[in-house]
Amino acid sequence: MPHHCVMSLNVESLVESPLAAPRPLRLIDDTGRAANPDEAGGLVLPDPATLLSLYRRMVVARRFDVQVTALTRQGRLATYPSALGQEACEIAAVAALGPEDWLFPTYRDSMALLTRGVPAEHILASFRGDWHSGYDQNAHRIAPQATPLATQALHAVGLATASKLKRDATVALTLLGDGATSEGDAHEAFNFAAVWQAPVVFVVQNNQFAISVPLDKQMRCRTIADKAIGYGMPGYFVDGNDVAAMYAVTSTAVQNARAGQGPTLIEGLTYRMEAHTNSDDPSRYRDAGDLEIWRRRDPITRLDTYLGEIGALSDAERADIRAEAEDLAADTRECMTRSAPVDPLELFEHVYATPRAALAEQRAFLAVELAEHAAASVAADTAESSTAQSGGTR
Amino acid sequence: MTLHDTAPTPLPLRAPVTLTMAAALNAAIQDAMRDDPTVVLFGEDVGPLGGVFRVTDGLYAEFGESRVSDSPLAESGIVGTAIGMAMYGLRPVVEMQFDAFSYPAFEQIVSHVAKMRNRTRGRIQLPLVIRIPYAGDIGGVEHHSDSSEAYWTATPGLTVVSPSNPADAYSMLREAITSDDPVIFLEPKSRYWAKAELSLPVRTAAMNTAVVLREGTDVTLIAYGPTVKTAVATAELAVAEGLSIEVVDLRSLSPFDDETVGASVRKTSRAAVLHEAAQFGGYGAEVAARLTERNFFHLAAPILRITGFDIPYPSPKLEEYFLPTPDRILAALGTWEWN
Repeated sequence: MPHHCVMSLNVESLVESPLAAPRPLRLIDDTGRAANPDEAGGLVLPDPATLLSLYRRMVVARRFDVQVTALTRQGRLATYPSALGQEACEIAAVAALGPEDWLFPTYRDSMALLTRGVPAEHILASFRGDWHSGYDQNAHRIAPQATPLATQALHAVGLATASKLKRDATVALTLLGDGATSEGDAHEAFNFAAVWQAPVVFVVQNNQFAISVPLDKQMRCRTIADKAIGYGMPGYFVDGNDVAAMYAVTSTAVQNARAGQGPTLIEGLTYRMEAHTNSDDPSRYRDAGDLEIWRRRDPITRLDTYLGEIGALSDAERADIRAEAEDLAADTRECMTRSAPVDPLELFEHVYATPRAALAEQRAFLAVELAEHAAASVAADTAESSTAQSGGTR
Repeated sequence: MTLHDTAPTPLPLRAPVTLTMAAALNAAIQDAMRDDPTVVLFGEDVGPLGGVFRVTDGLYAEFGESRVSDSPLAESGIVGTAIGMAMYGLRPVVEMQFDAFSYPAFEQIVSHVAKMRNRTRGRIQLPLVIRIPYAGDIGGVEHHSDSSEAYWTATPGLTVVSPSNPADAYSMLREAITSDDPVIFLEPKSRYWAKAELSLPVRTAAMNTAVVLREGTDVTLIAYGPTVKTAVATAELAVAEGLSIEVVDLRSLSPFDDETVGASVRKTSRAAVLHEAAQFGGYGAEVAARLTERNFFHLAAPILRITGFDIPYPSPKLEEYFLPTPDRILAALGTWEWN
């Protein structure tokens, strides 16, 4: 009987991997208890004060994320890529950095920006459509949120290399998604970083979907972290919903980079609980049951349980953190109701450092057009009010 | 070795020497690096080898690994890391080994190099230079002779320049390296061996301006990079035919020097633009269109584009049929009605 051909790009492997099934490093398990030492791989559990600080920042960041998703559904924002469920990766990455370090985020990493101190209104300026990047990149040492996948990883490697050449202590950390690791720029960034021994940390948030495409259609290897071996740098496969493990691994990687030991690749295994953006429909490509499984692995719930059981989180503290989160949500709602005027003439201001005659001409053209519209609008208002006066008894 | 913070020492004017364009470019990078410790150079084979055209010859020996380095063989990586370096206060000068090998870097150039300043409202500038040896007439094998200027000039945010002679090569590259805007620096490969006697550091006209290389009264030939030599040769031939040709060397493709070129076209009332690149959607279309829009009533005839054919760049034995020659240019000028 002839072999039946199926149109599929998925080819069954003829060889079983000689490697053991990967187990993510973790310090606190799904149920909120300290993980077995064999799962910890030598990682040291952060002290309770650090864990409490991470907990607070995760709760606040999640409230922000949920609030912004709601505002987007109300039409206040053009789009918003949520990272709900990925708080452990987002917050651990930022917490591992010092003020002199640089963060290179993607469009999905608004929680990381918030945690590094960017005001909500400045984060949301781009999603509201005010300008392509709405915060002070130099003040926060955060590059613009990158949309073309993996491109920012090369910028991080370059900045880190410049820091090394200047003998500075600055480290660069870049956030990537699992889908982005298929891009050529991810490969080039990993390779350049390793060859140049750049003080850079790659944190790949493996949320298992690139919009709708699952990871098994992106790659054939066991884990993304395994790829580090091929580049000659350390790679860690970590439970991305365990903020304790993510923080321990990431802060060690940052310290190693600062100490001249080169780059590290970290994979945090997590799950994108929300849709890709508000215009996506996950029911077309993933099982609702998966969501339930990952809800039970929630990064905040498990740390809440752990901290509660060791007596490091009281109900009063929970209420205090909750209040801080609600205040931020209220501020976020409020700032999105304020009108945010944009200046059309600013369109020409920042394209070049060296002024251009052609742009000055186009700016003047737009200025005339704007003045004419304004005059026409005043004339229409005047006409309307005089009509209203003459026909006042109607 | 590491970057140092010493103040730049002013460079004395040196005795005149005969230099090729490749040597002039080399001197420009060398002087820029001596002048400014934040200038770093990297790319493929730019280190001990000195680049495949030897433009970076001797720089590795003088400045060492921390400032001159062979990068991994990946153009997107070269440009992408240069962006990060520029964000951290360095002035990278990077080399794309050949025109067609710049295409892997297209996304980094178009989506980031060109847009970073605008996206960040001027907070992040990218003072970097991307050197691209381009165009043909060197008997190059496939993918070694492309004229890709229109890809870059169509992208707002990029400054695109191309010298045609050793003096401009030196002066414009020095200016490109000090510019706070990212510059695509197109080096015409066929002119690398052109020689001139120069007293360095030579300073020619500003990088973003065109110059009238040869005055004439009947026709303006607008050329840049490799076709400037062709335009001058055409003008010399035309003298015997009683035709006075003015040659404008654009030097800067973006921005376009409307003032200088417009004045020449208004004077002669006839113009043709030359390039090696294919005609359709090429840079010449922009030149012809904007000169016509601005100078229509001064024109006696439509502006011609005399260019490569709309085909991929040919193999070495066939390139002579592709490139615009003085004879072809004169024949094209003869298609106008002259009265």
